Amino acid sequence: MINYLYPDYEIVRDPSKCIACRVCERQCANEAHSFDEEAGCMVADSSRCVNCHRCVSLCPTRALKIVKSDHTFKQNANWTGDRITEIYKQASTGGVLLSSMGNPNAFPIYFDKILINASQVTNPSIDPLREPMETKTFLGKKTGEIRRDEKGRILPYTEPQIELSVPIMFSAMSYGSISYNAHESLARAAQELGILYNTGEGGLHEDFRQYGANTIVQVASGRFGVYKDYLEAGAAIEIKMGQGAKPGIGGHLPGTKIVGDISKTRMIPEGSDAISPAPHHDIYSIEDLRQLVFSLKEASEYKKPVIVKIAAVHNVAAIASGVARSGADIIAIDGFRGGTGAAPTRIRDNVGIPIELALASVDSRLREEGIRDNVSIVVGGSIRSSADVVKAIALGADAVYIATAALLSLGCHLCRSCQSGKCNWGIATQRPELVKRLNPDIGSQRLVNLVTAWKHEIMEMMGGMGINSIEALKGNRLMLRGIGLNEKELEILGIKHAGE
Amino acid sequence: MLKEGQIRIPSGCAISGIISREGKPINGRDIVESIRVMHDRSNGLGGGFAGYGIYPQYKEHYAFHIFYDTQEAREECERFIDRHFDVINLSKIPTKKIPAITDEPLIWRYFVSPHPTKLADSQLDESEFVARCVFRVNTEIEGAYIFSSGKNMGVFKAVGFPEDVGEFYRLDEYEGYSWTAHGRYPTNTPGWWGGAHPFALLNYSIVHNGEISSYDANRRYMEMFGYRCSLQTDTEVITYIIDYLSRKKGLSLEETANVIAAPFWSTIEKKPEEEKLRLTYLRNKFASLLITGPFSIIVGFEKGLMMLNDRLKLRSAVIGEKDDRVYMASEESAIRAIEPELDKIWAPKGGNPVIVTVNE
Repeated sequence: MINYLYPDYEIVRDPSKCIACRVCERQCANEAHSFDEEAGCMVADSSRCVNCHRCVSLCPTRALKIVKSDHTFKQNANWTGDRITEIYKQASTGGVLLSSMGNPNAFPIYFDKILINASQVTNPSIDPLREPMETKTFLGKKTGEIRRDEKGRILPYTEPQIELSVPIMFSAMSYGSISYNAHESLARAAQELGILYNTGEGGLHEDFRQYGANTIVQVASGRFGVYKDYLEAGAAIEIKMGQGAKPGIGGHLPGTKIVGDISKTRMIPEGSDAISPAPHHDIYSIEDLRQLVFSLKEASEYKKPVIVKIAAVHNVAAIASGVARSGADIIAIDGFRGGTGAAPTRIRDNVGIPIELALASVDSRLREEGIRDNVSIVVGGSIRSSADVVKAIALGADAVYIATAALLSLGCHLCRSCQSGKCNWGIATQRPELVKRLNPDIGSQRLVNLVTAWKHEIMEMMGGMGINSIEALKGNRLMLRGIGLNEKELEILGIKHAGE
Repeated sequence: MLKEGQIRIPSGCAISGIISREGKPINGRDIVESIRVMHDRSNGLGGGFAGYGIYPQYKEHYAFHIFYDTQEAREECERFIDRHFDVINLSKIPTKKIPAITDEPLIWRYFVSPHPTKLADSQLDESEFVARCVFRVNTEIEGAYIFSSGKNMGVFKAVGFPEDVGEFYRLDEYEGYSWTAHGRYPTNTPGWWGGAHPFALLNYSIVHNGEISSYDANRRYMEMFGYRCSLQTDTEVITYIIDYLSRKKGLSLEETANVIAAPFWSTIEKKPEEEKLRLTYLRNKFASLLITGPFSIIVGFEKGLMMLNDRLKLRSAVIGEKDDRVYMASEESAIRAIEPELDKIWAPKGGNPVIVTVNE
């Protein structure tokens, strides 16, 4: 059968630099490199390359690089090379196209069309190196009447809260979709940073119980690994209703990956497929969600805030309004750029809406209905920098979730091949020889570095605005201006245009 | 050019206040002389005063001070007032024509009490009923603006330098137990009398110097509770916050100060356990009402004044005492101008409220 596909990327080796040490060969789980005994030199099969840069990064003589192939179809603005290639793939397999990580297509990125304010003359900017600059925040309900004792002193009772030293958390990634070492890195970094990481729908490995105070345990449609101790192990419980990368779609971890500890942690037999249904089969409407929220609260004695995570879809504001009345303490909204270990390509690339618009409309809607205090709002998908964090909070978020950025700091190169299970960086794989490439000592330190760097930058931007506490930035949309946005976009974002 | 309320206008300012702890009458002339010294802190685009205890003969009734752009606005507003209130007395507010103050609107004063059946039908308490009526007039009746709505107190304000505004309103003909004053330095031309300060709702009045960086966070939060920030000024939103926390949530003024100028977490951390829990509770519960950026404010309320600075003390504020009188001002000169010999003078720390009340 003719293979219609030509590789997207080509491995280029500089023979004058290559010393045939065969590091590339050993490092590539995709077996793109090999040693040609007869010719006495290294050769490469570009069709196996996923462009993950593992060989490039480890080549001691910098003899390797990966370039985009200049091989091309006849130019066609409608039938682009990608579209044609996908047709060939489907014609040869009859299958649904699969992809990983977030939607890579050229949709508008609203964060890049929003600019941040700074103080001049009429009020002073504040130097975070000389003055206190507060990034601590609490997530949870802020409702409830003020109660006093018989002497009139306030009884400081609040609904269960999450305390964060900086309004950033690591978003849900299951043990199974990512490796043990990746999970350990996230858990340890969360503890050191005073923030939280999220188990995703893979249960909680026994070894990571010790990080419970910095853990969000997730309950998703497959209910894998969910039992009483699990619910009590974390600082908060998240009900996953949807995911930005694949709204309306469940998950499928193939049986080949359900081995050893993963099978034990998910509490399913080895080798069985872990299939998360598209909906929760006990939640077909909002009143059912309320029952699950309170079931979980009952099970955990009302000591843990319950997060409801939804994908950003068209009527997200109305859905969020319903969730805010469901008893949930926190709503997490995942934008259409959010990452995934595997999703149908058509879903990832065509379903859902940008997080900036979803966040703005949810925050406005909850305020219009007077129920913004019922819930905190956490947004993800995709937060790429400290500037995105500042913009998200000024639009109305209480905190953000990061996952892709966290994986990048662990070495991910966004080759978007997680579904193959052959991650050369030891992140999205369960192969022991690959997993051990990710050292949790180094991984957790790199995560701590990333969030610390962002925190410094957030403080600089806040100081520039004359704001010395993150709560005064929350929903402070006057600190934002749009650039190159139309009236409707500005209206939804609730911001003015630059120059106004 | 956009008018006040259609655009947010930052401004610098001068503030001053006087109170007699024994409730003795203070002539309006004193506060005018105090604010006059700080002439250079305003630019002629707004000045005003609030006096407490000035209407003892009508102290049971709400005193509405209203600006009208047109006679039609007055007629429409009076029809609204007649439907919702019993009017005890009404008149134009006495003024004196002076060259420094021009383009004045129609300025009327009404002493009113809520119509008993209307009030009962509304199922609201009296103060909430009055506040809602004020919001309705100010947002729905074009050309009518209620700028003072408390009992036994009144606000007097205009476009001009504050000392001229005082002369225009003939403040030397009023006596009260406390006064506040404001001179405004807006960085744009509002040209609208309603935009001058003090800003008042019911018995609360605020004079404020500063530009808060938390404005939109505070505004968007307050609008959840039916407050409509139609002027887009810091002073307006601060007034609503104080009204909300004190009147609706029942916080004391000290507790209110713990919310709007909350101690830093590092300070809270060092407090005894009980105090730590209380401060953390207040700061978390009302996180969106923390005010950041520079401010010094004097809050006027029934039988008292409170002076408060932002927690970094980015605006000047001093307090002086002499016998039963306490003086509060942006600058010491404004106090010395009317009381050269003080018993005591000091600058309060950032975030620490100074509350002075009339002894009962």
